[in-house]
Amino acid sequence: MDLNYSPEEAAFRDEVRGWLKDNLPEDLRRKTAAGDHLDKDDLLRWHRILAKKGWVAPAWPEEWGGPGWNVTQRYIFEEECGLAGTPPIVAFGVTMCAQVLLKFGSPEQKKRHLPAIYNGDVFWVQGYSEPGSGSDLASLKTRADRRGDKYVVNGQKIWTTLGQYGDWIFCLVRTDFESKIRQEGISFLLIDMKTPGITVRPLILMDGGHEVNEVFFDNVEVPVENLVHEEGKGWTVAKYLLGHERLNTGRIGGSKRELVRLKAFAAEQTDGHGRRLIDDPRFRDKLTRVEVELMALEITNLRFLDAMRGGKPPGADVSMLKIRGTEIQQALTELMMQAAGPMAAPFKPTGPQDAGDFDDVLAHLAPRYANYRKTSIYAGSNEIQRNIIAKATLGL
Amino acid sequence: MDFELSEEQRQLADSVGRYLADHYDFESRKKIVHSDSGASDAVWKQLAELGVLSIPFSEAAGGFGGGAVDMMSAMQSIGQALVVEPVLATVLAGRLIDRAGSASQREEILPQVVDGTRRLAFAHTEDGGRYRLDHVSATAAKAGDGWVLNGLKRVVLGAPQADLMVVSARTSGSPDDAHGISLFIVAANAKGVTTTPYRNIDNQRAADVKLDGVQVRADALVGAEGGALATIEEAVDFATALQCAEAVGAMQFANDTTLEYLKTRKQFGAPIGTFQALQHRMVEMFVSVEQARSMSYLVCSRVDSATDATERARIVSAAKIKIADACRQVSQESIQLHGGMGMTEEMKVSHTFRRLTMIAQQFGDADHHLDRFAALDAA
Repeated sequence: MDLNYSPEEAAFRDEVRGWLKDNLPEDLRRKTAAGDHLDKDDLLRWHRILAKKGWVAPAWPEEWGGPGWNVTQRYIFEEECGLAGTPPIVAFGVTMCAQVLLKFGSPEQKKRHLPAIYNGDVFWVQGYSEPGSGSDLASLKTRADRRGDKYVVNGQKIWTTLGQYGDWIFCLVRTDFESKIRQEGISFLLIDMKTPGITVRPLILMDGGHEVNEVFFDNVEVPVENLVHEEGKGWTVAKYLLGHERLNTGRIGGSKRELVRLKAFAAEQTDGHGRRLIDDPRFRDKLTRVEVELMALEITNLRFLDAMRGGKPPGADVSMLKIRGTEIQQALTELMMQAAGPMAAPFKPTGPQDAGDFDDVLAHLAPRYANYRKTSIYAGSNEIQRNIIAKATLGL
Repeated sequence: MDFELSEEQRQLADSVGRYLADHYDFESRKKIVHSDSGASDAVWKQLAELGVLSIPFSEAAGGFGGGAVDMMSAMQSIGQALVVEPVLATVLAGRLIDRAGSASQREEILPQVVDGTRRLAFAHTEDGGRYRLDHVSATAAKAGDGWVLNGLKRVVLGAPQADLMVVSARTSGSPDDAHGISLFIVAANAKGVTTTPYRNIDNQRAADVKLDGVQVRADALVGAEGGALATIEEAVDFATALQCAEAVGAMQFANDTTLEYLKTRKQFGAPIGTFQALQHRMVEMFVSVEQARSMSYLVCSRVDSATDATERARIVSAAKIKIADACRQVSQESIQLHGGMGMTEEMKVSHTFRRLTMIAQQFGDADHHLDRFAALDAA
């Protein structure tokens, strides 16, 4: 056992770090660090820079443009992106839709969609949750009725992240209303969002930001060739996606960067009597406990990668990364806000159009704290993750 | 980055695990715990034969020159089986001699530790110092060729079974000075040594050791006069890393047995493990132990590879914070989920509870290590 990186791995890390330093545009770095809203152009600009380098789809097979990295290299890349503060590679296309197509897509679907995803020509979003189907996703009601060579889709999706930018949306829809097992009546459809009958309505969150939406489908006609896998097999696809590509669920790199920022920030805050916040034992202890949890989570994450390298598929244990990873992210945003003290109160909605006369960083802390409450709710709430571990790992 | 154990490490893990599973079941342990000495010569001998007592010592001392990673799996098994033999006490005291002692001290004392004929203890803790390693008010005064020791050492683990002790005493300075602490080898039966043995809450044996004008020869001094603190810190950090692995073994048992109980105990016509309120608590225990396990890997790996004392101390404190928190959580929850049965003497989980409770405080509790971690960060 040796918990140090090998010389080859260290060299790879240096290469990634050096390239990111030279190629991450300063305005994007600053925007990401400040927690500013990144718009479609920002996201796609970074996407295309990575695509040009050949690094935009680390997990893809080489024949479709993947760099041929092993899991450790992919982890190092993710971590370095987090540390450098790059914009995210939006997961819905590269990570989610593409993985589904690679596994279940027809040759025509792959040829049509994968290059467009890779090059950042199409912005994909996800249509899973519905107003009545959150944690209980299999109860979804959006229906797709077959009419000749088309499906006619009616219903509503919710929490569609970045739906306002979506060119295409992949959806779980109900195609069989008779089946006794609810999961068996669900299908996976790709839908062009320019199709008549689709309405996107913003949901503004409590931080003032517009990142999620409702999407309404009113007699939307979708060619049957946009069905992925077989009709009624959508749940299989969704489950595959859930177990796949959650290497970065813990967001270790981003949290490490945030921790460094928090320490520096807490060292600057004084109480007017000469005591720095970071030297206040009550604050300091909370900070250290988060740091320790993060150290442990990094090793836990690496243990999973090690097991995967040995051929073990990522199991339900990965849910643990989601639980602890999001708890850490939330604790960090909370401590950052707390560190700002009374200066945390002034509100500056996220978005590039605002230029307040108070400090940018301070004004972002409370909205960010509020925004990060989402992390323990989205992508399967942490309670659902506990259910998964209880059932699949512990056999309860 | 590699989590695989080597062939030798795996073999030790297998053989210790198998031996303890076969010969150190709960009933056998009960007999040992209730015997007069509270320890077993036969078990000690066997642990020595399996290599547990040779791996951590240098080749010059007759050992294999291994590190914490080499000991890790054996310590987990020791934790799982709740072994009460003074392994940690002996390794800790032996390490002081191995690291700081003269060649003749090493060669005279340690081979008998390695072959299982001698147990050691480190007499250091005193009243009023809590976990601070620089708090030593026992004194050693020069007398002719040798030294005269006076003082009172408290809760010295393994002292009832040890025939030699490494004793810290102040050769200069005042009680909380970093400089002026020295180490001496003292025979347990030396004139002026009074040992008051007792059983700890976790059934480990310890003693208060009174030093009343104890005369030792000049060659009893271990290492440089007045400069023992760094040696002590290193050895205690090493022992803490080993104890983190022991804790993970004990927590693993607590989780396994609690999970089994959830699956078999029925109330309201169903196994209580079907209740979500309990499932989620069990999951939290599971996640905490995996996180603690990660920290035990990290700390064992780093105490072996750290190139300076600050780097080592920082990771040891980080690990102990996580381990101490997890020990509290897992021990408390395992009793709660067992209900009344968990409270009883006859359930092993209640003994695991007691051991985990003590591990959480030995070598410094979470608060102590939070303090040390912050101080190291600021330095």
